[in-house]
Amino acid sequence: MAETVIDIQQLSKSYSGHQAVDSLSLQIRRGEIFGLLGPNGAGKSTTILMLLGLTEPDSGNIDVLGMNPTREPIKVKRRVGYLPDDIGFYEDWTGLENLKLTARLNGISNKEAHERAIRLLAEVGLKDAADKKAGAYSRGMRQRLGLADVLIKQPEIIILDEPTLGIDPKGIDELLALISNLSREQGLTVLLSSHQLHQVQQICDRVGLFVSGKLLAEGNLPTLSRLLLTDTPIVITAEMDHVDDDLLNRLAGIEHVNNIQIVNGDNEAFRPSEGHILLQIGCSEDCSSAIAKTFVELGASLFSLQRKQYGLDEIYRRYFAGGDEHGSKRSKKAAK
Amino acid sequence: MEASVLRKQLNKWRDVARQLLGGKLGSLIESGRTDRERFSKSNSNPAVFWVLVRKEISDHVRSWRFILLLAIIFLTCIASLYTALNSLQDAINSQDGYSEFVILKLFTISDGTIPSFIGFVGFLGPLLGIGLGFDAVNSERNKGTLSRIMAQPIHRDDLLNAKFTASLFIIAFMFITLGLLVLSLGFVIVGLPPSLEELLRIFSFLIVTIIYIGFWLNLSILFSVRFRQPATSALASIAVWLFFSFFYDMILKLVSSGLAPDASTATVDDVVHHVDFMMNLSRLSPYTLFNEATSTLMMPTVRNLGPLTTDQIYGAIDSPLPFGQSLLLIWPQVVGLIALTLACFAISYVIFMRQEIRGRS
Repeated sequence: MAETVIDIQQLSKSYSGHQAVDSLSLQIRRGEIFGLLGPNGAGKSTTILMLLGLTEPDSGNIDVLGMNPTREPIKVKRRVGYLPDDIGFYEDWTGLENLKLTARLNGISNKEAHERAIRLLAEVGLKDAADKKAGAYSRGMRQRLGLADVLIKQPEIIILDEPTLGIDPKGIDELLALISNLSREQGLTVLLSSHQLHQVQQICDRVGLFVSGKLLAEGNLPTLSRLLLTDTPIVITAEMDHVDDDLLNRLAGIEHVNNIQIVNGDNEAFRPSEGHILLQIGCSEDCSSAIAKTFVELGASLFSLQRKQYGLDEIYRRYFAGGDEHGSKRSKKAAK
Repeated sequence: MEASVLRKQLNKWRDVARQLLGGKLGSLIESGRTDRERFSKSNSNPAVFWVLVRKEISDHVRSWRFILLLAIIFLTCIASLYTALNSLQDAINSQDGYSEFVILKLFTISDGTIPSFIGFVGFLGPLLGIGLGFDAVNSERNKGTLSRIMAQPIHRDDLLNAKFTASLFIIAFMFITLGLLVLSLGFVIVGLPPSLEELLRIFSFLIVTIIYIGFWLNLSILFSVRFRQPATSALASIAVWLFFSFFYDMILKLVSSGLAPDASTATVDDVVHHVDFMMNLSRLSPYTLFNEATSTLMMPTVRNLGPLTTDQIYGAIDSPLPFGQSLLLIWPQVVGLIALTLACFAISYVIFMRQEIRGRS
């Protein structure tokens, strides 16, 4: 296992009574892409600011590349690149000039700064726009320029705060592919925060779900679904003409089946045909074939059988879509 | 066509200058920069500071605001020079004890329609300082560039220092140019060369002016750190400037009439004490400090800044003070101005260090 480059222990930070980050512990290893996912206001940006020493934690320890960012922010910032959300550039300077300024601030000589800036602009696909003023860049171009800006100091870790915000879907795909490639090629550790689960899951090795300042779960996606959806990850919906107790008992006897309920068609998106009944069978593992077999053995007429695996969509719906309030309710329930 | 020829010539000169200067200086700076290893070891890099200063200066010089301020100050100085030249003849003929300082008179006299050069500088200088500093930090914050700059390995104070240094450099450059311009124009028109004493006085005047404007610059930087909106910080700075330029004297007059000892019963000591007290109150204002300092420097006949009794004047020879003595007289004022500047600087430091730097908020 690769060494741990970012080690956060019991980190807490509050703003005038509001707990932004609540005893967060998190480890990120070298070379991985870690996605910090959470709804707006979950404390992602605050955590990132503390990683860079731009704000001070109330309690807890942070270790970035063996250094404490609160004590040695300069040394940390020398090796860690940070792309703020909604990055700003000097608008009447060209993209190239903006990059060169960053390079010069990192102690890179003028000549080398120019070479690196040209190379990076080509890498992020802004070669033609190098001499255009940054004020004339589109949103997607700004984000790409921002990425070049982060990379020009040749960091070991890059931290991207909401890199996909406000870009069109194609631009998001391109940007994420770029980040992913860079990370693989140069062995960069990437920490990116986002509230857009769908986009970020494509490139992240691991994700951490962050709600109301707490880390609910971390791991890769299968682990996450297992952790967060312990009750019924798979739901099988069967459509038939009649239901009797014998059938229900037989079904309940099947291994992995957790619960069975009869759905009245009104509040479900999937409406049964006239005179048919819907059965929802929650299972911990896929057992649709066993269920089908049961139906056939009992001679029940089965019209359709649908298997639905709860994945990211469900995670998203449960934790993110409801925003802060919903998330905190869920987390309280989970804690109980 | 002309422009391209000029540019070519300029480039040529620049190359020559670079070759001449570049030898030792350039290699010194380059060796400090290119060596990334050395940079990594040291905790901060002085070259980074100068990169920031250069950025600030180039931003200022390219901006419209700077050109406007420059035009205002340039025009008013030409106007004051014009009135000074108009009334110069009378001033030289009048026996006021310093007729020999003709060049100094160019800076101090006027025919009453337009204030003199030092009057203008005292009045408009703060505007220049405020103009260069009021959006120093908050505009970067609003543009989202502050968090990008602060994510680079530089100290927070480097940013403030660089902003102050760059603006002060521009101010110094501008006022030394203006001073020398007036000096040389006067020299050409009047036909009298300045004496060494006059030169010394003019240069000290310029330095005091730069310190004075530095105070206003710092005050506006302080407001730019404190207030998120550039408009708010500009208004706050202008409010302070107006307060000290106009209202402070009025308020002092009110206070003075209230505190004045009863004329029928007061002793001389009471009166002197009262005048001293009011004078010290008025010296809380940087405007007063600057006026006292500059009038003493530019008018060698000013022998004292406080009240004098007849006893003290009796027997004094009515002649201008030598430069050293004038300097001695205004030393407290200069120190006061520097102290005010440092106080503003310290406060903005403390506020800036504690601030959280987020995206655009």
